[in-house]
Amino acid sequence: MSDDLQTLIDSLPDLGGAVLVTLEMTVGGAALAMIVALVLGFGARTRSLWVRGPSRVVIEFFRGTSLVVQIFWLFYVLPQFGFKMEALAVAIVALGLNYGAYGAEVVRGSIASVPTSQWEAATALNLGWAHKVRRVVFPQAWALMLPQLANLLIQLLKGSALAFYITLHDVYWWTDELQRDTRDTFFSFGIGLIIYFVIAYILTWGMNWLEERAKRRLGRGTRPRLRDVLGLKPGVPSEVARVKGGVA
Amino acid sequence: MNDESIWDWDTAWAVLPDLLQGLVVTVEATVIGMIIASILGLLIALAMRTPTRWVRGPLRFVVDFVRMTPLLVQLVFAWLLLVDIPPLAIGFGVLGVHYATYMSEVYRAGIEAVPPGQWEAATALNLPRGRTWRAIILPQAIKNTLPGLGNYAVSMFKETPFLFAITVVEMYSAAQRFGANTFSYIEPLTMVGLLFLLVSYPTSLLVRRMEIRLA
Repeated sequence: MSDDLQTLIDSLPDLGGAVLVTLEMTVGGAALAMIVALVLGFGARTRSLWVRGPSRVVIEFFRGTSLVVQIFWLFYVLPQFGFKMEALAVAIVALGLNYGAYGAEVVRGSIASVPTSQWEAATALNLGWAHKVRRVVFPQAWALMLPQLANLLIQLLKGSALAFYITLHDVYWWTDELQRDTRDTFFSFGIGLIIYFVIAYILTWGMNWLEERAKRRLGRGTRPRLRDVLGLKPGVPSEVARVKGGVA
Repeated sequence: MNDESIWDWDTAWAVLPDLLQGLVVTVEATVIGMIIASILGLLIALAMRTPTRWVRGPLRFVVDFVRMTPLLVQLVFAWLLLVDIPPLAIGFGVLGVHYATYMSEVYRAGIEAVPPGQWEAATALNLPRGRTWRAIILPQAIKNTLPGLGNYAVSMFKETPFLFAITVVEMYSAAQRFGANTFSYIEPLTMVGLLFLLVSYPTSLLVRRMEIRLA
């Protein structure tokens, strides 16, 4: 056990870089996913079939084919067509597209859940479409979508562990190295899992904070107790959440 | 490689039998994993209702821990730790436990959605506790959980390729192996993706239908 600890201490300098790679993938993937989700989510709501159709196809395509297949396809197959990306870029693009497609359903559902009267009131005030969405509808939808986006963010973090298999040195890679050095699976993987848990927990706090802020902006906020902020909300699965927001 | 024949239909047909064999393993893992997840998830949901904090607190922690750490790392962890157990069995078990933590929330919501009047009626009829659960609460609660179960089955199906990391030859590893032997990855990997879509999309449509019907 003391040898294990010594090896752990020796490998700590690598941990910083490994956590950074995992965070880069998570934050980069989440940013891309958010853009994809907004574009596809709004696209899936338009009246024009020429926009709605392709949006739906893209959403169902990325939701339906597994993340594992997507990431390896981008890494092994795409270069053969002449698009070579760095491994980190592959991971971010794969995570962004996959979870972006899930996020699109969240965005679409949340916007559908904002009462129609809000749209009508904004129209009555003669607000333009962009103004309506930015000032009236989106802030309300944002508060609704945050809990589900928080779950997707954790799933994205978990999915990023795949990057180890496309040569990236992330937290899972660090765990694997530690296992090889200590030959103590329980110790090394235990620590690796705890690191993932801590990252996930911090991300959850951040999302809880964003949710509270979004609710306060709507005048629905209560000052949250410490317990609400630090507590983990039971995860609503992304797939379950989709229909709650209204029928496609 | 010349540009004219990036996609080779002969290779695509050659890999198909391997992929279909892999698909059988994939479906098997999903079904068995889901059975484990449904049973264990229910047990967790019931255990979470015990009044003592000393049971709920630690259990809550374990459930959150399993839910918030990568399935992939859990799989490899269990595989390295339990050397005597065949990888496929480990795959079933870890998938089952991972999804049980999600299913427990579905059950919790399902149980809470049973109207309080049902509990009161059972008390008024002087039914014993066990009978109340078995005959009154659970049948209604489980009906509420069916869409959740369906959604997680679809989602688990798409996560079975993680089993490649522990040497189980499911659909993705079958494609990977074929690619490694023939140096052609385009057809196998593309076909795997399409096969996933082919199975998961109709299933999710079916689940959505069930959801609307039961709602």
